[in-house]
Amino acid sequence: MRPKKSNIEDYLRMYRQMVKIRAFEDNANKLYLDAKMPGLTHMYSGEEAVAVGICEALLVTDKITSTHRGHGHCVAKGADFKQMFCELLGKEEGYCRGKGGSMHIADQSNGNLGANAIVGGSMGIATGSALRAKLLKSDDVTVCFFGDGATAQGLLYEVMNMAALWKLPVIYACENNGYSEYTTTEEIVAGKITARAEAFGIKAYQVDGQDVLAVNALAQKLVQRARKGEGPFFIELMTYRYHGHHVGDINRAYYRTKEEELEWKENRDPIKIMGQWLASEGIASESELKVISDTIYIEANEAVEYALAAAYPDVSEVKMHVYAKAS
Amino acid sequence: MRQITLSQAVNEAIAEEMRRDPTIFLIGEDVAEAGTPFKVTAGLVEEFGTERVIDTPISEPGFMGMAVGAAMTGSRPIVDLMFGDFLFLIMDQLCNQAAKAHYMSGGKLNVPLVLRTNLGATRRSAAQHSQSLHALVAHIPGLKVALPSSAYEAKGLLKTAIRDNNPVVIIEDKLMYQDKASVPEEEYLIPFGKANIVREGRDVTLVATSSMRQVCEKAADLLSEDGISAEIIDPRTIVPLDETTILSSVKKTSRAIVVDEGHQSYGVAAEIASIISEKAFYHLDAPVIRMGAMDVPVPFSPVLEDLTVPTPELVAQNARKIVFGEMIHGL
Repeated sequence: MRPKKSNIEDYLRMYRQMVKIRAFEDNANKLYLDAKMPGLTHMYSGEEAVAVGICEALLVTDKITSTHRGHGHCVAKGADFKQMFCELLGKEEGYCRGKGGSMHIADQSNGNLGANAIVGGSMGIATGSALRAKLLKSDDVTVCFFGDGATAQGLLYEVMNMAALWKLPVIYACENNGYSEYTTTEEIVAGKITARAEAFGIKAYQVDGQDVLAVNALAQKLVQRARKGEGPFFIELMTYRYHGHHVGDINRAYYRTKEEELEWKENRDPIKIMGQWLASEGIASESELKVISDTIYIEANEAVEYALAAAYPDVSEVKMHVYAKAS
Repeated sequence: MRQITLSQAVNEAIAEEMRRDPTIFLIGEDVAEAGTPFKVTAGLVEEFGTERVIDTPISEPGFMGMAVGAAMTGSRPIVDLMFGDFLFLIMDQLCNQAAKAHYMSGGKLNVPLVLRTNLGATRRSAAQHSQSLHALVAHIPGLKVALPSSAYEAKGLLKTAIRDNNPVVIIEDKLMYQDKASVPEEEYLIPFGKANIVREGRDVTLVATSSMRQVCEKAADLLSEDGISAEIIDPRTIVPLDETTILSSVKKTSRAIVVDEGHQSYGVAAEIASIISEKAFYHLDAPVIRMGAMDVPVPFSPVLEDLTVPTPELVAQNARKIVFGEMIHGL
């Protein structure tokens, strides 16, 4: 793709957003390894181009639903490092006042309706958000992120059927990272994933999920069409998760090889691919990209330090927010 | 005052609220032209159109999940679940998603939706269309649960449910849809968490949910022939539960029977009986009795099915035992 001058800021922003996700995940992983984070978390590293390519095509008023592997979507939709790290550590200043944790970060102000710890659990929510947009005559679009593993959930087929019948402005974004927990995708998927959407008359696309420009170009087109009432759409994004299913999944030899992991990290890394492209097009030199990256890592470190020092919620909060108050 | 059926009362509540608030829509199987198998929503589609009265495929988890997403983003859906037994199909969307979203998000997300469904045996519908499953949802923090006991209650409680900012499950007894009661023409709401003292009495408190209110009213008539004066309390909502009214009644009568159509074991009757035992123990003259549906899948044959639910005769029989001191340990 030939870069247009007017788009240079967009390209650099996509690069920065991807690095932000990687920096967030590197720090989250370290917090886990240093036993500073309660519980477990699921790393998005390797899949950055998916969240960024899509979310850069959205407005702040557009909605997304996310997954247990949700930090990437959250950052890409505009979330703040400090509030995210605070949430991971169960602190009061976290997005959910420490009540949700890694798997439940919701950021209503940026249109993120929340990560979800039930695989496939947010498909109804995303489709319902799109139904609301249609009923209340809003032109916002909802993107439903889910993994290849979630294509085994029946809910997807119920809601895609209704979305297609009622032409809802929803985009189903299937992040195919090759593994459903500890099982390869080919062991759990019969037929083609895109064919399942096509069976409902939904136009489905497959795209290289490591190429942020390709993802973004497709997303721009589909978001605009969905806004005009031409939805729903389905995208299968071919990608890879660098870490295990969760941070504690260290010994992975029984389901995938080190060589395979290395091949993706060395030759198919979305940040490297975009960095090389930016350099080759003369948009940013390697040293300029390094400055961008270093700045983001410093920012992430500061946010981690801030979160570590931040206060836990007062114990009186345990009974708060079970029920919403009358408006 | 005019008399209308419970079905008409529900229909009026939905219509009035939909006229008041354009963000409300109704969604479910055959809610539009068919007006549901019980004809409860008949006529609504003519007034509000198919955009706001939405017929769905037979996909309960799908439309329940969509209602959650719509509610999170600015709509106020009313979900029609054709039979209470189908609660098992939608449990993830209702209990893992709707019930927890407000808490998990630290108060950021609201899910103002109403799930209307039904309960009740003796309609000869067998084990998968006769269950009373309100205990399942009452067990989950984040959900409110209302059990209307008449047409009047159904209208007032449903209007309150629709205006609530939380997921509310309102469960009507499907055998009561044609039962009439006095319902005022003018608007009224019934607040949640405020029990109704249906009848005042002095010797025994009968706590009765949903249609067990009518069972207990008949039991109270039988008991009055024996000179026993029964007080009947309808909790109206089991979440939130008006403990104060129940406990003050028991403190007055010193005896209590809790009657609820859910299965007796691990149920709503057990919960209320336990509260009474914990908080009014020193006022009691007899053990608190639970009466629920028999712990069997609901059988089809009328001869068998009728044995599984509390009846006025059984309630009266238990009341006589505890009032006349014939209560044997273990009943």
